[in-house]
Amino acid sequence: MLSPTILIPAVLNGLLIGAIYALVALGLTLIYGVLHIINFAHGALLSAALFAAFFAFRLLGLDPYVAVVLLAPLFFALGYGLQRFIIGPASHGDERNMLLVTLGIAVIIENTLLYAFHADTRTIDVPYAFRTIDIGSTFLAVSRVVGFVAAFAVALALWLIMTFTDTGRAIRAVAKEKLGAELAGIDVAHVYAVTFGLGTACVAIAACLLIPSYYVNPTVGDAFVLVAFTIVVLGGMGSVPGALIGALLIGVAESLSGLFLGESLGQIGIFLIFIAVLLVRPNGLFGARA
Amino acid sequence: MKALIPTAAVLAVLAAVPLVVHSNVTLNFLVVALMIALAGQGWNILGGYGGQYSFGHAAFFGTGAYVTAILQVRYGINAWIGFAAGIAAGAALGAALGALTFRSGLRGSYFALVTLAFAEVLRIIASVAPITGAGVGTLISLNLGIRTLQFQSRAAFYWIILALVGVSLVTAQLIERSRFGIWLIAVRENEDAAKALGVNVNGVKLAAMVISAAIAAAAGCFYAQYFLFVDSGIAYGTWISIQALLTPIIGGVGTVFGPLLGALVVKALGEAAKLLAGDAPGLDLIIYGAVLVLVIWFTPRGLIGGFTQMRKVLMRRSGPAAPSTGKARHG
Repeated sequence: MLSPTILIPAVLNGLLIGAIYALVALGLTLIYGVLHIINFAHGALLSAALFAAFFAFRLLGLDPYVAVVLLAPLFFALGYGLQRFIIGPASHGDERNMLLVTLGIAVIIENTLLYAFHADTRTIDVPYAFRTIDIGSTFLAVSRVVGFVAAFAVALALWLIMTFTDTGRAIRAVAKEKLGAELAGIDVAHVYAVTFGLGTACVAIAACLLIPSYYVNPTVGDAFVLVAFTIVVLGGMGSVPGALIGALLIGVAESLSGLFLGESLGQIGIFLIFIAVLLVRPNGLFGARA
Repeated sequence: MKALIPTAAVLAVLAAVPLVVHSNVTLNFLVVALMIALAGQGWNILGGYGGQYSFGHAAFFGTGAYVTAILQVRYGINAWIGFAAGIAAGAALGAALGALTFRSGLRGSYFALVTLAFAEVLRIIASVAPITGAGVGTLISLNLGIRTLQFQSRAAFYWIILALVGVSLVTAQLIERSRFGIWLIAVRENEDAAKALGVNVNGVKLAAMVISAAIAAAAGCFYAQYFLFVDSGIAYGTWISIQALLTPIIGGVGTVFGPLLGALVVKALGEAAKLLAGDAPGLDLIIYGAVLVLVIWFTPRGLIGGFTQMRKVLMRRSGPAAPSTGKARHG
């Protein structure tokens, strides 16, 4: 049962899928770190991005890895607009209202997708869908390896933006001390919207990396985002390295529990980890005290 | 006692409806609206008065529905006892969940998240566990009679759900006027300050959660008896979590009549959407989502809050200056 020929591929595949989870989780943790709210629309935005990548391929013939150049800025703009013109003004600066507004947006997006495209599950077939890389006795799907590398590239890019650009400094300033940042002349509403836009762009990139080896339907994002919630809670809300390490841990845990317990129970395993972490260590393994 | 007069009047008017209206379609609409109002009142006790926003009240609704159905179908237990057991099970789940979350100090975003996750775990378990009928669901066999709590006439169900709503209204009113209610509102407004003043914050929140869960579970028990069918998507689905929070927010969060008013508005909107655009999946929820955002945006205290605001403005114009009412509830 525990022979390395089964175990090693399971762990490697868990790491690969974990990297995609990391991208979704990065967006979530970024938004939490600055706005101090959980974005309940994150999953619906992922579903929307997967549909966008799907139709870019079907209608425009764009390969998902090309479409990302188009979709990432598009979803940045979408996220920026959502926060600047809807979530911000609608919630009057109250945290509870913000939660409800993101929930409302999630319901709208998800059901608009359901209304427009019905509950059918769709896939695209790219020529490299079944291509694999062999490492010894392990076969890894090319699309998953690309996803793994790209996820780390995006994380690095985010870190560079946050560390070396003025926008990044402004974001960090607002995250640390909102009032102080405002007094120093930073446009907080703009910074909030930029952060939301970056988080949403992460989701678009994740969608483009996922779609070659995955499927799309109006509620597909939910499964990912609950995993992403788990990761973010595990790694500590607002912590970027926490999100990366948490994502890889969860990817491996899911892969192994799927191997030993079967698919549907594997999902419950993740939830149990999630609830246990929330109850025992709500600030996560790497998070600072709230 | 005097304070209960408006509630009694509203209930008396509503109780007379089936004497005048005989259309099954209209009665069915009202029964479902009252059921949502009941779940919404459950949410309102914890969310509206206590400020703890749950995104997973389906956990309690679904537990009530499943316990009522399973006890009858699998164990041959009397429907009335099943109904009561469903409410008790909901309350017990509320106590367990409340004890776990409040003890570890989960608030705000985290509380919303953990309630959402609990409902989702229960949905997944119910969709695979044999006792719930897994993917097939549980069907209560049709057997009309008082003993089985099944009736041919919609009016009988209407009066049952109205009685439950009546109990929930009186409960909310009693809470509002009690010391416990004042503690609860203090926790909502500023938890740390309430604690500093000696309020047993966790105890108050836990008690509110148990009452809230019991009321939401009662709505679920009623669902099982009325539709005679429960599956995991109905019992633990997001539709009920969303409507449970939507109705008090639309009607007036932290008010006695908010959930009832909100439920009537929400259901009327849903029906209007069906009339205009046909019964397409997802359409009603698109409208609910939009209404949720718009209400928070433009009347954050709901319709009742909007009315009182308007009345105050009018009174200030015509009469002497009204005394300042202090800080707005959800400013």
